[in-house]
Amino acid sequence: MPSEISSAPAPPAAGGDRLLEVIGLSSQYGPVRAIHQIDLGVSAGELVAIVGGNGAGKTTLLHTLSGLQPASAGRISFDGQDITRWPPHRIVAAGICQVLEGRQVFAPLTVEDNLRLGGYRQRRDSAWLGQQQERVYTLFPILAERRRQLAGTLSGGQQQMLAIGRALLGRPRLLLLDEPSMGLAPLLVEEIFRVIVELNGRGVTILLVEQNARAALAIAGRGYILETGRIAKTAPAAELLADDDVRRAYLGY
Amino acid sequence: MPEQLFQFLVTGITIGSLYALVGLGFALIYNASDVVNFAQGEFVMLGAMTAIALLNAGLPLLVAAVIATLLTVGVGLLLERFAIEPAAGASVVTTIIITIGAAIFLRGVALLLWGKDFHSLKPFSGDAPIQIGGATVLPQSLWVLGVTVVLVALVRAFFNRTLLGKALLACAFNRTAAQAVGINVKVMLRLAYGLSAGLGALAGILIAPITFSSYEAGVMLGLKGFSAAIVGGIGNPMGAVAGGVLLGVLEALGAGLVSSGYKDAIAFLFVLMVLFFEPTGLFGHKASERV
Repeated sequence: MPSEISSAPAPPAAGGDRLLEVIGLSSQYGPVRAIHQIDLGVSAGELVAIVGGNGAGKTTLLHTLSGLQPASAGRISFDGQDITRWPPHRIVAAGICQVLEGRQVFAPLTVEDNLRLGGYRQRRDSAWLGQQQERVYTLFPILAERRRQLAGTLSGGQQQMLAIGRALLGRPRLLLLDEPSMGLAPLLVEEIFRVIVELNGRGVTILLVEQNARAALAIAGRGYILETGRIAKTAPAAELLADDDVRRAYLGY
Repeated sequence: MPEQLFQFLVTGITIGSLYALVGLGFALIYNASDVVNFAQGEFVMLGAMTAIALLNAGLPLLVAAVIATLLTVGVGLLLERFAIEPAAGASVVTTIIITIGAAIFLRGVALLLWGKDFHSLKPFSGDAPIQIGGATVLPQSLWVLGVTVVLVALVRAFFNRTLLGKALLACAFNRTAAQAVGINVKVMLRLAYGLSAGLGALAGILIAPITFSSYEAGVMLGLKGFSAAIVGGIGNPMGAVAGGVLLGVLEALGAGLVSSGYKDAIAFLFVLMVLFFEPTGLFGHKASERV
């Protein structure tokens, strides 16, 4: 089960059969085009980063993948199925789970209730949910300590952990992470990124969207540069880190 | 004098229970969609009027009550499906105005079906008053209290103990996040309208033997239920219950000690005072969120 965070190491990231295949995807808010003609693929076991500045369309892209934002053109296929027009709850059930930008935990509910709601689509499989919840608590011991506390009273870093834990309870076959480093202190960013690497090591396929390009490309296998709604460049992450244009525009040296 | 106060209290709690049930309906829909459903009072009226009509058609009381409740739930679901859902994405204010329109429509239908006359339901277990501690209590009051306690306990358990209840709350707290964890927001909205309509109908059936019912009966009950919900802190189901009982008791005390002519004025004055000094309601969530 690739979604189990305690499962075997990731299969090799090869081309060929893509878990997620996006072709010519566009989305717009009214007449304003947010993303345009995006081609993108993620294979099972990969950790792929999408980096770009503010307003480049990163969040719109993720929201379109998870069904929160309608696509105006193009096609998204997941595990061979066309999911372009699926409603969000079906996409979650299929295994695409999103960690939203800015955490967005259910503040007035307890940590435990947040996690249980993360497993809403898996609610009939209580045995798996129980195990997975324990795994999340092992991954983030602080959440276990605060399981009865209201999510809104957690610190930003803890809320980010809760948001990731909540998504993990959705049994992700593909985990979408939207700006997990946003607003966190450098030490916490390091901690969160360490967990992302660990999850990927345990077989979770991850699509990571980040403004913090250096940190994201440092852990990703491949990367896409998103500029004003279009893919400007794609390459193995190491190449992007060494690329002069990318360095000047996104890494600041 | 103490007996008299006790009498007012009993009357107040009885009528307050009704406000509580109606307020609970407001809280449910508000939780699922941030919308105040001004057709809530019409659910009360429909429950009462349908039960009366079915009873007059010869059905036994219990059967009439069950069918009336189910029919009203059906109306609630239809309202959601054909008036609220097509306006998905519209602003909250637009949706509230739609519910006002729906209320007027439902009142019109009731007027056509049952005319302008007042109708009454016979009490569930006779009308021989019971003496409790110097107060005269109608058996119907005990029905109102008993059923309200059971319904409130059920709703409370629904929100506190079931995942479905928490999913409904999650839609209120953060709709995007609710969608992102795979909650079907449309289904939750239907659930909220169905439950609210059912609670409203039951309230209407319970009160019908005490106050007469007519096509307009929902207007004032709806307003009082809404007041209960905002006094309790809108969106807090148990706050709405407390608000309802409080409102009923104040009204009864005001009617008994001052003048029954001021009954409604006292209730609404109280609502204004609460909003003035405690805008989030007496039991409203104090915003406590770290970002």
